[in-house]
Amino acid sequence: MKGNVLKLSEKHALSVEALTIAFPHGDRLLVALHGVTLDVKRGELVCVVGASGSGKSTLLNVLAGLERPSNGRAHVHGRVALMFQEAALLPWLTAAGNVELALELRGVRNPARSRMAAELLHRVHLDGFEKRRPHELSGGMKQRVALARALAQDADVLLMDEPFAALDAITRDLLHEELERLWTQTGLTILFVTHNAREAVRLGDRVLVFTSRPGRVAHEVVVELPRPRSLDSPELAVIAGRITDRLKQEMRDGG
Amino acid sequence: MAVELELAPVVERRDVAAVAPHKGRDQSSGAWSWLWPKLVAIAIVVGAWQVVVWSGWRPDYVLPSPIAVFRRLSEDLAHADFYVGVAITLRRALVGYVIAAAAGSAIGLVVARVAVLRRAIGSAILGLQSMPSIAWFPLAILLFQQSETAIIFVVILGAAPAIAAGLLSGVDHVQPLLIRVGRVMGARGLVLYWHVILPAALPAFVGGLKQGWAFAWRSLMAGEIIVIVSHSPSIGQQIQFARDLADAEQLLAIMIVIFVIGVVIDSLFGTLDRAIRLRWGLLGAEA
Repeated sequence: MKGNVLKLSEKHALSVEALTIAFPHGDRLLVALHGVTLDVKRGELVCVVGASGSGKSTLLNVLAGLERPSNGRAHVHGRVALMFQEAALLPWLTAAGNVELALELRGVRNPARSRMAAELLHRVHLDGFEKRRPHELSGGMKQRVALARALAQDADVLLMDEPFAALDAITRDLLHEELERLWTQTGLTILFVTHNAREAVRLGDRVLVFTSRPGRVAHEVVVELPRPRSLDSPELAVIAGRITDRLKQEMRDGG
Repeated sequence: MAVELELAPVVERRDVAAVAPHKGRDQSSGAWSWLWPKLVAIAIVVGAWQVVVWSGWRPDYVLPSPIAVFRRLSEDLAHADFYVGVAITLRRALVGYVIAAAAGSAIGLVVARVAVLRRAIGSAILGLQSMPSIAWFPLAILLFQQSETAIIFVVILGAAPAIAAGLLSGVDHVQPLLIRVGRVMGARGLVLYWHVILPAALPAFVGGLKQGWAFAWRSLMAGEIIVIVSHSPSIGQQIQFARDLADAEQLLAIMIVIFVIGVVIDSLFGTLDRAIRLRWGLLGAEA
């Protein structure tokens, strides 16, 4: 993967070319992704929408280097951080400890490390919760810690795998604002996977619609609504509705 | 018995205070609700024992009454010899257990890491756990004669497999998601082990340590009864002498001591286990 970084055009943070992933499943081969091609520009926030089974998570795993492509290529320019639906915090570490571990693994040494961890937690509005352990935090707070931890990795590209799917609507709304703010401040490139078309339109510069079994980019929507957007705005609902219709149609066609 | 009753409630109270400081007023009633079922259980056992004695099923010199045994126990407790014996036994337990813990952890770690070793001896470690440690003594005596080394050898063989198995199962059952998170943060190989896998395996490892202690204590008692080492009036030896001299009161008094030591140390492991679970938020509603 690293050898190909130079081929990327400067303005692309990640690019996927004719990517196919298949897993052995019993005596058959299960094709999770088939011929997926997509580019994400630096500093862009792109959402991927698809029903379950559309290989969205597999795509992120390949980009994060956790799985190998069966065919085709996936290049990421720079460092990658990954966020999951579960916050996946280490339960034996405090909120600050979780963030510090990411810093430590990046080679940040101690006086600076604790200061940076405190600062990152401040940026996700968790002042005063540094010493709490994951089980003492709410779902939304855990995801904030996970976000701070992802930021601590100083990644160029943040991959998010339905990170807010398990949260209640109000918490999710707040975290959308937070994510948008951090994205604007940092110039991060974000690839955000969700099954919720509204969430995708709320956040994305572009929305890529994936079909299921095998996963494939069926459609691309450029969202031109001004930011900040509201989940409840009628314009957003119209675009999201069209995406949902499209998803349904793809699912019917696909059988 | 007095040792257990004093020690454990204090520890329990500290736990409760750490979780819910506002529940301060309930502390004494919490300790009481912890204590009374145990007192009732002891009373029932002692009562049943007394009833059997009264029934005349066995003569007094074979099955003495609880009062006679507790009287003998309090006499023993006033005697320096008793503490010499306890010290000898506890020192053996400590030496054997520490070596077993070190060896068991090292073996568990290496076997967990190296796939070939895992296939080679992974199941042997589990099998060794179920090997009755008393079966090792004939070999131990051949190898080391009637010596302390023979006893400690068997204590180690009894405890180490359980400790290794605890670590192995801990490593096996680390949530895959945590490993993915570690890898995404750039941890590989030993770094991943140190920062993610080993801490995640800690509760199972402590379980193994606890199990290992139980095996070590059993092996030690078997060893002290079978292997006679001169000039070392260990607890196990005292129990054997008591039988030889048909001193049933002494025999039962020492059995109570063995039981209490086992329970006290086991409760220390229980406290450690609870502390970890509390820290990790695994206690849920109990906390």
